[in-house]
Order: sequence, then structure tokens, then C-alpha cells
Amino acid sequence: MALPRITSPHAKGSNRTQQVMLQVLLATVPGILALTWLFGAGTLINLLWASACALGFEAAILALRKRPVLFFLKDYSVLVTAVLLALALPPYSPWWLTLVATGFAVVFGKQLYGGLGQNPFNPAMLGYVVVLISFPVEMTSWPAPHTVGLLEGLQQILGIANLPDGWAQATALDALKVNKSLTIDELWAQHPAFGYLGGAATEAVNLAFLAGGLYLLHKRLFTWHAPVGMLAGLAVMSLLFWNGSGSDSNGSPLFHLLTGATMLGAFFIVTDPVSGATSNLGRLIFGIGVGVLVYVIRAWGGYPDGVAFAVLLMNLAAPTIDYYTRPRTYGHRKPTRGFKLGE
Amino acid sequence: MASYREIVVNSLWKNNPGLVQLLGLCPLLGVSNSVVNALGMGLATALVLACSNAAVSLIRNAVTDAVRLPAFVMIIAALTTCTELLMQAFTYELYQILGIFIPLITTNCIILGRAEAFAAKNKVSHAAFDGLMMGIGFGLVMVVIGAVRELLGTGALFANMQLLFGPIAANWQLTLLSDYKGFLLAILPPGAFLVLGLLVAGKNRIDEHLEAKAKAQEPEAPVQSRRVRVTGVIE
Repeated sequence: MALPRITSPHAKGSNRTQQVMLQVLLATVPGILALTWLFGAGTLINLLWASACALGFEAAILALRKRPVLFFLKDYSVLVTAVLLALALPPYSPWWLTLVATGFAVVFGKQLYGGLGQNPFNPAMLGYVVVLISFPVEMTSWPAPHTVGLLEGLQQILGIANLPDGWAQATALDALKVNKSLTIDELWAQHPAFGYLGGAATEAVNLAFLAGGLYLLHKRLFTWHAPVGMLAGLAVMSLLFWNGSGSDSNGSPLFHLLTGATMLGAFFIVTDPVSGATSNLGRLIFGIGVGVLVYVIRAWGGYPDGVAFAVLLMNLAAPTIDYYTRPRTYGHRKPTRGFKLGE
Repeated sequence: MASYREIVVNSLWKNNPGLVQLLGLCPLLGVSNSVVNALGMGLATALVLACSNAAVSLIRNAVTDAVRLPAFVMIIAALTTCTELLMQAFTYELYQILGIFIPLITTNCIILGRAEAFAAKNKVSHAAFDGLMMGIGFGLVMVVIGAVRELLGTGALFANMQLLFGPIAANWQLTLLSDYKGFLLAILPPGAFLVLGLLVAGKNRIDEHLEAKAKAQEPEAPVQSRRVRVTGVIE
């Protein structure tokens, strides 16, 4: 095939799926380092095991579906799912928990809908929610920072020997949720490991994810609309319902922005181009919805953190958001909403 | 007029109410969280279905078209009430567990569907047999879903069978996986949807396989000359 010679400038495109996925993987490195520094090697073991499981499941189901296995494995999208899932799971979750979560994410969340680009829900969050609902004890066992060594951590993951009782502690969101009598200052004084703002020193983790997210934003892998929408929605809600440091307080806006999975969600989950909204306005609405729902679940829901549930709920709403935010077509005065017959 | 054999194949496989028609999903998904619940519900549904089909077939020439639906529903409601009273008398605990799903048998679309589509057009013996087989087909799907969900959710099978079979069945429980954490999602409502979806997929796959096999066994049609013949034979 002869290509026509065209004049400069020749812009080199770098938006192939593989490149995009590699950039996302690279951007998770600060967060991985922060988690490893805090909780020990469990994060890394989890990461490797989740990636191996995800690759295995993806290869198996691609073969079952009679698709080219290597071609789809090489786009690294399944690795991104596995890494995001492993970062969301507790660092010392047992091996079978990670296996179930990745299996569900890859097989039910992604491939049964038709593979990359066809899934209505974020696969990583789907896998996370499945194990969160099924195994609440294991999913809420976060260790205190700097306590678990490599060997005992590995034994815990493999189920050979259990860590000594009381190795797991409540996260700040947990403690805040069950707290009925203490003021915020008293609560924090009881838990020295909570750090300054985010709780359990997760502000460091959140800042690391923020750094990775800003790198992706700088690389223009996504627009600012969805993350800013989510952070703004969460901040405004927590400001509106913040009543100082009383015992019925739900925490300050800064606390909510820097705790739990806020930054991981804002820059790595709601920016998912497949399961989110498509237009810029739509992304903004999608992000705001996630932010508001995260606060609603944290403050009044049954679970301490709500990023995964909020994202799945807004995934459900994404087609409707797209329907009402179609951009104006050039040459038309008003945007056409919805789909016309014969289109 | 369908033969008995056709009715059996149709009800249990080809036109199974649970896997193909996807009727009566409310009890199918709602109470299939253990074998005993599923079996109790399946038996109750099968009983109502067989009796209602027979009754509808009996009155099919006496009821005019205009009022047939109210008449059918009255029959089904009366039979459901009988079943409910029977369960109250003999399996009271199971009756309490199944709760609202027992009176809801009246609104189960399989029953009205079979009354309208089959019983109103066929003689009594065929209609009753069709009802029984459809009920069994529905019950079987429900028991399979119940077994999968109970096994995944608790690691055991046939727990609490004494609710249905009396004290003899008190130790029928099979603990297949001891020291099992319990996959809670299987017991919760999403588990019902997932297991039903997988069963439907599995049935379609088996059908596809059988079809391909039947096609492979057919003698191939002789290949004829593809050339367009204008006159006579070219050779």
C-alpha cells in the first residue's frame, strides 16, 4: 500500500492502548512505594500475586473465547486492573481472597461483557466489592504501620501461620464511624498511628497517589474534569456537614480528601475511559456524583469507605449522563439529545 | 396433540420454565438460597401447577374466552391457598421461612402461562401431566441453583432437611468443605442472578454442542457442478 506523502508537521501519536496502560502503571509507583514503606512487603507480594492471577485468568478466558491471547495480553490493560485491585486490597489479605477478587474482576467484570472497552463497570472495583461483601473480616484487616515483617507477612498471606492477635487495627474512617462519645482530638490522641490528617498515616499514601495522578494529568492521559469533580464533590459535602471536632463530627474536608481511597479513586478509578462518561461536561457530572456518594456512604452508610460503591453506582448512571450531555454538533444550534430513528 | 414423551423433553429441557422461558424468576431467585428452601418451593409450585392445569383443562369448554383469565386466576388462587394450608399443617417451619413466596405462587407466570398456552387447548390427562412436568422442570432448576448457592455460601449441602422430611433427615447435612470461610455473595441476591446466568449459559453451550454433533452426522449433500449450464452437458 502506497502512503501519500504529506507535509510536516508530523505529530507522533503515543496514545496506543499499550502506551497508555504503561503510563498508568508507571504512575502508580509512588503510591506503591508509600504503601510498602508503611505496611511492609505485603503490598508488593499482593501486587505480584494479583498480576499473576489476572494474567492467568485473562489468558484462560481469552482462549475459551477463541481470541488471540498474546495480542490482548500485550495491551497491559489486565495488569492495570490487577495493580489497582491489589492496591485497594488490604496488604496482608490471604492469597485466596486476591485470587477470588482478580478472577471476578477479569472474568465477570471484563471478559463476559466482551473484553477491553465493553465493560459497563470498572472491573477492579467490581472485584473489590465482591470480596468486600463476601469476606468482611479479611477485607477490614489493615495492619498498623511499620509492624509486620516480611516472613510473618508471607506466612499470613499463605495461611501457614497467623499473625499475633490484634495485628489488624481500625482505620481512621472505621474509628470515626463507630465513635460515639469522643471528640476528634481525643480519638486521635488514642490512636497515635493515625498520623496528622488522613488516619493511619494514609495521608502519605494519598499524597503519593496524587503525585502519580498529576503526572498522568500532565501527560494528558485524561482531562481534569472527572478527578476535580470528585474531589470537589467530596470537599463540598464534607464542608457542608462538618461540625467542628465534636463527637458526632464526620471529619474535616481535609481529612476526607486525604484518607481512605480518595486519591486512588480520583485519579486512577473515575478516570477510566470505558466505564465513565464520555463528554467533558459528562465527566464533571460523573466525578461530582462519585464524590457526593463517597461522602454519603462514609458518613451515613454501612461501610467505612465508599469509593468502590460510589464508582459502581455512577457507572450505572454513566449512559444516562451521556444521553443528557451530548455536545452540540458543528452546524447545529442545539445539541441533539438521544438517538434518532434511522441514525 | 403432543405425546407424553414430547411433553417430558419440552418441560425438562427444550422449553424449561427456569432456563429457557425465564418465567417465575421471583421465587426462582428469591428462595433458592438453600436446597431445602428450593425443594420446598419447587414441590409446592409443581403441586399447584399440576392441579391447576387439570382443573383448567376440565372447564375449558365451559368458560367463554372473555372471562377465561379471571376464571383461571380464581382456580390458581384456590389451589395456592390449599397448598399453603397443607404446608402450615405439615411443614410449619418451612412455611414460615418461605413466607410471602407461598401466596405469591398465585402470581407465578408459569402457572397462568401453562393454563393459557397448554391446558386450555388439551385434554385433562395431557394437561395434568404437562403441569407436573413443568413444575418438576422448574423445581429441578431451583434445586440446582439452591445447591450451588448453599455449597458456595456455607460449604455444606442439605442443611436443615428435617424441615421438609421430618426428624429422620436431621443429620442429612453433608459438610463438604470444613474450615470454609463462606462466600457470602452466593447466599445474597446477586449470587442467584450469577448462578442462574451461568446455568443458562451452560445449557446454551450444551445445546450448541448437540446441534453441531447432529449436523456432523448428517450425510453431506452431494456437491453439484457450480457452473451455470446453458445448454446440454459440458464434458
